This record gives sequence, structure tokens and C-alpha cells, in this order.
Amino acid sequence: MILHFVNNKISKPKQYVFSMLLVLLASAICYVLSSIIDYKVVAFILLVIVSVLAVCFDILPVLLAATISALIWDFFFIPPRFTLHVGTTGDSILLLMYFIIALVNAVLTYKIRQVEKIANEKEQKANTVKLYNTLLNSLSHELRTPIAAIMGATDNLQNNNSNLTPQNRYDLVNEISKASFRLNQQVDNLLNMSRLESGFMQPKNDWCDIQEIIYSVIKRIEENDISQKITVNINPAIPLFKLDKGMLEQIIYNLLNNAVLYTGQNCRIEVIAICYTDLLQIIIEDNGKGFPEEEISNVFDKFYRLKNSKAGGTGLGLSIAKGFAEAMNGSIALENIPTGGARFTIAIPAEVSYLKNFKNE
Amino acid sequence: MSNKAQVLVIDDEPQIRKLLEITLESNGYEVSLAATAKEGIIIAANHPPDAIILDLGLPDESGHEVLIKLREWYINPVIILSVQSNEDDIVKALDNGANDYLVKPFRTGELLARIRSSLRIKISEENNPLITCGEMEFNLSARIVKKNNIIIKLTATEYTLISLMVKNEGKVLTHQYLLREVWGPGYINQSQYLRVFIAQLRKKIENDANHPEYIITESGVGYRFVCKE
Repeated sequence: MILHFVNNKISKPKQYVFSMLLVLLASAICYVLSSIIDYKVVAFILLVIVSVLAVCFDILPVLLAATISALIWDFFFIPPRFTLHVGTTGDSILLLMYFIIALVNAVLTYKIRQVEKIANEKEQKANTVKLYNTLLNSLSHELRTPIAAIMGATDNLQNNNSNLTPQNRYDLVNEISKASFRLNQQVDNLLNMSRLESGFMQPKNDWCDIQEIIYSVIKRIEENDISQKITVNINPAIPLFKLDKGMLEQIIYNLLNNAVLYTGQNCRIEVIAICYTDLLQIIIEDNGKGFPEEEISNVFDKFYRLKNSKAGGTGLGLSIAKGFAEAMNGSIALENIPTGGARFTIAIPAEVSYLKNFKNE
Repeated sequence: MSNKAQVLVIDDEPQIRKLLEITLESNGYEVSLAATAKEGIIIAANHPPDAIILDLGLPDESGHEVLIKLREWYINPVIILSVQSNEDDIVKALDNGANDYLVKPFRTGELLARIRSSLRIKISEENNPLITCGEMEFNLSARIVKKNNIIIKLTATEYTLISLMVKNEGKVLTHQYLLREVWGPGYINQSQYLRVFIAQLRKKIENDANHPEYIITESGVGYRFVCKE
């Protein structure tokens, strides 16, 4: 991984220049010190340089460095000096061995790197497959449950009509309605997820009335006959913010929906919006049970579901909220409130307009 | 000839056609169906219906093209159906002369309300200076707006904006349209003006500005003035 990284960071021409310079520099230093160090030690020093280059660079610059350093060693250091001629048989063998070791070094490191690259690709592929499997598992459950409800209810209505009381019929139709709502929500989740996964999501920024957005999301949430009470705390003089309305709505919706799904009856949920200079902060807190401390770091992960969490929910809602916040250069944080309950804090940097507070005309 | 309003549905999905047919017929409309753009245009030309429901995603031709062709001669309302909530697509269709839009999946109540208001606008095209709407009363010749018989003080711009919306009651008006009509062509990107004035109007007209009942936001598209029925 590290090898790969270093390798990619420096461009090819620079690699040639850099390896040449390093070999020349080391040779120059050795040359200056040639009176006190033996020429055989110089060979080892140069070999170390070539090995280091082999770790970091591509094969061709390293081969070049190996060849050049062998020649330099031969010419400047092996007696008789300043000729390519090698005096003794021993030195000839040394030079040959030097050259072979340097080359083997370069080739071996290159091979290791290639093996690593393949292993990396395999790992990535395995991760993708794992992600797809989780997705498919989650999907087949989350989509099939409402589909089963719709099929079961319609079968009953079609075949068993004479035995059904009007109340039964009403309930069955109600189940179909609930199931289709749930299906629609899951499809929205999946579309949002794939938009995020595609990696090129550009926020479409326009002036937003935060108060209006928050109240309209709450209205949508409250349409499902929730048992919790949602309160809002916003300074009416909060400015307009320039941000992606759809994304912000989705973030607030997902967090509120999460709070409504996982807090008990008659819990209180509060939505607070605060403007700091060029920063919108929205806090959504409840007085439910909060999150297990050890799982807080995982809740924004894709498909992560709390241990022992009840049915319903794909484990996508919070990760979509986080993805959208990040797409707008913002952030989401979760903490437990000491007095009980969870607090989500959304912070999104955005241009503000105080036009709202001027007396018009 | 019956006096039922005739609605032409152009949609390639048999399930949606069936659903719309049942819904509309049981609510007193006469329905004709077309599965392709070509078929739809032929039916519309032979028996011009009172309103057309047009799907944007047709197999043989884009709904946008069909809309442009229809608008060369067809003046009655066109309501478009769009699958994904792609706001740009919707705004484009509205600019090309669609009267309103519905996003699949839609609720039956919504569908009927859109058709009703489209047909109503067609009828009340002749100038009616006095419009009452629940507790609201708009006198467009005297430029007076009353709520529960009490005059509401509006600035000139607020009045221009609300009267434009009231005249198009039930119809969605895009941000660009409102900005152009009220502030002028130079302002079509100044959406903050619109946000501010809508908020002001809501404070003056709505019973609870945070839960508006008259001035409804159509996310990413525009605003709609709705008469409580």
C-alpha cells in the first residue's frame, strides 16, 4: 500500500532525475572520503542506495541507477582508478556480483509490488462484493416485507371477500397503503445512496428559508400519526441561507424519521436552528434512550444497524444524512445527552442573507 | 354529447392508464387513453379533450416534444406526469406551456385537485374582479385584500405577488415566472426576494405562517395559491 502510494506520487521523469542525483551524490561523498574508506565499502553504500530506490521507484529508473552506479564504482573506485579496466580477478567477480545483486534487487522489489497490487485489487473487489451482499440482503428484506403485505392483502380482498368484515377490508386496504408508502421510501433511500456512491453529487445552492424547510419536514413526518411531540426552536430573525434545499430537507427528514422510529411513545423531539457567521447549525435532540456509547462511532456507517434494534429501517438513513452533509462541506455529529436521549448536530457552512429583516419597501 | 369533461391520458404504462381511467371515470370525467406520443397527438387532434394528462417518459418521443407540438394549437390544460422528482424537468415542462404537474407516485386526491383547478382556470379566464377564498377576499379592481372582512395592509410588491397567485389559484407558478412578472426580467435569479416576500405574505395572510394553508411551497419548482374547499 505504502509502496504503491509513494510510487504514484512522483512522476516518471522526476524518478529518473531523482535516482541519478542520489547515486551521483552518494558517489561524490564516497569519492571525497575515498582516502579513509575502502572501495569495497563504497560498493555496499551504493548497493544500499539502489535498494532504497527500488523500494520507492519504478523498475526502469532503478535499473538505470544500478547500471550507472556499477559503472561509477568501476571507474572511480576499483583500482586502477579512472579506467574501466579492472585489475584483479577478485575485483572482476565483485563488480559482476555487484551488478547482479543490484539488478535482482530492482526486479524482485518490482515483482513484490505487482503482487501487492493484485492483492489490493482483489481486496477491493471483495469489499464491493461484500457491500453488494449486504445491500441485497437488506433490500430483499426491506422490499419484500411491504411486497408481501401488499400481495397478502390483495389476495384476501380478491378471494376471500365474503368472509371479510368491513373492518377487515378497511384494515387490509390500510396495510396496502402503509406498505406502498414504505416501498416508496426505500426506493428514495436507494436512489439517494446511489447518487452519493456515484461520487459526483453537486449541491444546487439557492436561497432557503430554514424555518419553512424545518416546518415542512415536520409536517411530512407528522402525517404518519406519530406518538412523539416535535417542538421547534428557531429565532424568527434567522437569515436566509444559500444551500441545497433538497439535501437539507433529506438530512432533517432522515434524522427526525430515525428519532421517531427509535424513541418510545410520548418522547419529546426538539429541532433547533442557529446561525453562526456563515454557518448553519441544526440540532435535533430527543429524550429517548440514546445510543449505546460503544456503537456511536458506527451509526453513520452504511447498513450499520444497532445491535438489538427493532425491525424496519435499512441502516441507510443516517449514512445518507452524513453523505449529504458532507456533500455540502458540512458535518454531522452524534452524542448522548447526559440527562438521557440523543443529540445530532448538523453544521453546514453557507452564505447568508439578512434581506429578510429589512423592512420591505 | 355528454357534458362530462373529457380527459385524454397519454402514458405508456398500462397500470397507470388503468388506474387513471378508473379514478377519473368514477369521478365523473370521460376518459380516452393513448399509449404512445403518436397515438396521443392523433386522438388530441381528432377529438380535442378538455384536458390532457401527459407522461414525460414516453417510448417513441419525449413528453417535452409532445408538449411543444400540442401547444402549437392546443389551448386547454395539460398536466404532466413525471416519474422521478426531477425539478429541472418539471420547470422545463411548465415553461413549455404545461399547466401543472404530478410526480409519480401521486395520491388520487392530488390528481383530482389538479384537474379540477386546471379546468376551473379555463372557465374563469374572463376577468372576475372579486375572488373569495375561505376567510380571504380579494378585490382585484379595487386592489383590496380582506381577511374575515378586515382589510389587510399590503405593500405594492406584496399585492402584485399575491394577486398574481390568486388569479392563478390552484396552479403552480415557477420561481422564475414569479420573479419575472413581479420584479422584472433582471431579477429571475434573485430568489431571495421571493423567499422574503412569500414569508411576509404568509405572516399577513396565514393563520399560522409556519403551517401555511393558502400559499403552498412546491419544493424546487415554485409556489401555489390554494383555496381551501
